[in-house]
Amino acid sequence: MVYLTRKAEFSASHYYHNPDFTPEENLRIFGKCNNPNGHGHNYTLEVTVKGEVDPRSGFVVDLKQLKEVMHREVLDAMDHRFLNKEVPEFFTQIPTTENLAIAVWQRLESKLQKARLHRVRVYETADLFVDFYGEA
Amino acid sequence: MKAHLTRRYHFSASHRLHSAEMSPAENVATYGKCNNPHGHGHNYTLEVTVSGPVDPSTGMVCNLVDLDGFVEREVLSRYRLENLNSLQEFAKVVPTTENLSVEIYEILQRGFQKAHLEVVRLEETMMNSFEYAGGAEPRK
Repeated sequence: MVYLTRKAEFSASHYYHNPDFTPEENLRIFGKCNNPNGHGHNYTLEVTVKGEVDPRSGFVVDLKQLKEVMHREVLDAMDHRFLNKEVPEFFTQIPTTENLAIAVWQRLESKLQKARLHRVRVYETADLFVDFYGEA
Repeated sequence: MKAHLTRRYHFSASHRLHSAEMSPAENVATYGKCNNPHGHGHNYTLEVTVSGPVDPSTGMVCNLVDLDGFVEREVLSRYRLENLNSLQEFAKVVPTTENLSVEIYEILQRGFQKAHLEVVRLEETMMNSFEYAGGAEPRK
């Protein structure tokens, strides 16, 4: 089994707010991230796929295809967007880095050919990242 | 849905690698420059990985304020700008980065209740790093 990781970068804004909480609870739990005007990050996305090396091509996955899928399914939808207002998953879920990693996994999983998704890692900053392995 | 969250922290400290069980010549042979009696320092980077179900009401594995607060109080403020050899836990244990990563894992394992501790990774320099997962294999 060989693991292959492709990186991408995108920038987006978000804010954290749960309509079931009172304004005071939202502020206490989410702090500055509760500012309804949003704030932004430069995200780094790492997508790791796994599979056997095809003896004919020497590839685990066609990188060009992986790159295209990542662009179409994730970057086109999220780059330079306000996640809460423009990305459907986050109309109802809070766009934390955890939920972002899960959303990326769900967008990619069924679109990959041959190689299987192993891990989605989303860096919100250089000092904070979330890994999702598709676990329930 | 279960996710893994990793936070990176930075601190500087000094140490000297020297074992009381070795002769002076063995210490020099084993630790080289790190055996300099006056010690030397590093800028350490600490990575703490915790895991758990993502709480649907917050979207979080655990609130970063809780993790940051615990690590600052129990780890960073203990080691930042200290000579590691002068601390109780390194009175009889050589303060290698292996032993420091085990010590930090134990502190988190004992005291941090808000999420499951997966692994501690400690970079001594940009060129070397150590991982401890309490005896388990760190997940890749």
